[in-house]
Amino acid sequence: MCVGVPAKVVKKNEYSAVVDVMGSQTTVGTIFVPELEQGDYVIVHAGQAMSIVDEEYAKQSVEEWRKLVNARNSETVK
Amino acid sequence: MLEILKQSNNPEICKPLAEAVKEKAKQFQNKFGRNPVFMEVCGSHTMALARSGVKQILKNDVQLISGPGCPVCVTDQKSIDEMIALAEGENRIICTFGDMMRVPGSEKSLLDSRIAGKDIRVHYSPVEAVKVAEENPDKEVIFLGIGFETTIPILALMVGEAEKLGISNISIWMTTKLVEPVLRYLLDSGGDHMDGFLLPGHVSIVLGEDSYRYLVEEYHMSGVITGFETAELLSGVYKLIELALTEQTALVNNHPSVVSKTGNLVIQQWFNKYLTTCDEAWRGIGIIPDSGMDLKPEYDRYNARKKFYIEVNEPRKSKCRCGEVIRGLISPMECPLFAKACYPMNPIGPCMVSTEGSCAAYYQYMRECF
Repeated sequence: MCVGVPAKVVKKNEYSAVVDVMGSQTTVGTIFVPELEQGDYVIVHAGQAMSIVDEEYAKQSVEEWRKLVNARNSETVK
Repeated sequence: MLEILKQSNNPEICKPLAEAVKEKAKQFQNKFGRNPVFMEVCGSHTMALARSGVKQILKNDVQLISGPGCPVCVTDQKSIDEMIALAEGENRIICTFGDMMRVPGSEKSLLDSRIAGKDIRVHYSPVEAVKVAEENPDKEVIFLGIGFETTIPILALMVGEAEKLGISNISIWMTTKLVEPVLRYLLDSGGDHMDGFLLPGHVSIVLGEDSYRYLVEEYHMSGVITGFETAELLSGVYKLIELALTEQTALVNNHPSVVSKTGNLVIQQWFNKYLTTCDEAWRGIGIIPDSGMDLKPEYDRYNARKKFYIEVNEPRKSKCRCGEVIRGLISPMECPLFAKACYPMNPIGPCMVSTEGSCAAYYQYMRECF
């Protein structure tokens, strides 16, 4: 029940939005994330957008993983 | 943005991350003479760890225990029986999440009741039940309201929608659960064999990072808020080992792209408007004070417990050990029924039924590992 999926906001209405989830479009409620904008990625749970995915933090996470992996690889080379 | 999100499952990142976790675990073993032990609180973490192969890859290095985070699994037997009894009444439409349909009650399941002719419908969102009530004004529509903090606001939203539209033939049978009271229960009752928690990604959307400070401040226990993709899970475990290795306790938000420090304040306002805490019974544990949420008395007209009188017998004891599985006391394979009398086509307990159930995860992905 708890796994939400990241969905891209294609069209925003007053209390709902059309989102794209891996190529399928569906309408979700947006009352919990009023600051939502078209083009945002959101986590959807039980038909409601619960949180906007922050692009900058998502990038930072990937960078952090890469750093960890690179550090390990360079240790292995030694 | 999509490209960034795809990195979470990229094997070029995940494989070396898994190796890094194993190396870190070896350091822990060398220092303490045992494997690090962590509990994944969320049922979706349990399933994601098994499905992605992380549990299997780390089985000799890190002990990952499933916790009480699957909403179906933690619902106690009497509550299940009450919901099935509720469905037996005349002139009712029961709306529920799909996971509930096959959960065995003492005598039957909701699916059995539907086969016998009762009107029981599966919905993805509680809000859909409002439309059902609107279309069936001569019937009582009841939503079976199970779930943790991620789902509870959507139950409140259902009430809000019904209120806005002036619909009175709808109600919720609330039996919801909160994460903090059950974590406190586990820690107060011998949780000191654990080295930290993988904290739930989506419950944390609602609660926020700061809501877990008690783990560090009161229990000296580490927690890492983690997402559900493979790299997120692996890096979450890595951070927990790193903390345990240095004998530090800390709270880490490893899912900052969706979880903020304070959580979703709009959702918290919905909680405050519609809901109040209440005592809740947990499977295998019993009643934990203030561990659930119920509608405030001013919304009694939407509270199925106030609208309908339901009384069931105390459930018989069975050999099912789901209660111990959700407390992390045993692994599913230690249950005498696992994969013998209890399997997905014939589940005896909820942990084998639910898509987040620990027994279902072990049955599907891990039987050949041990």
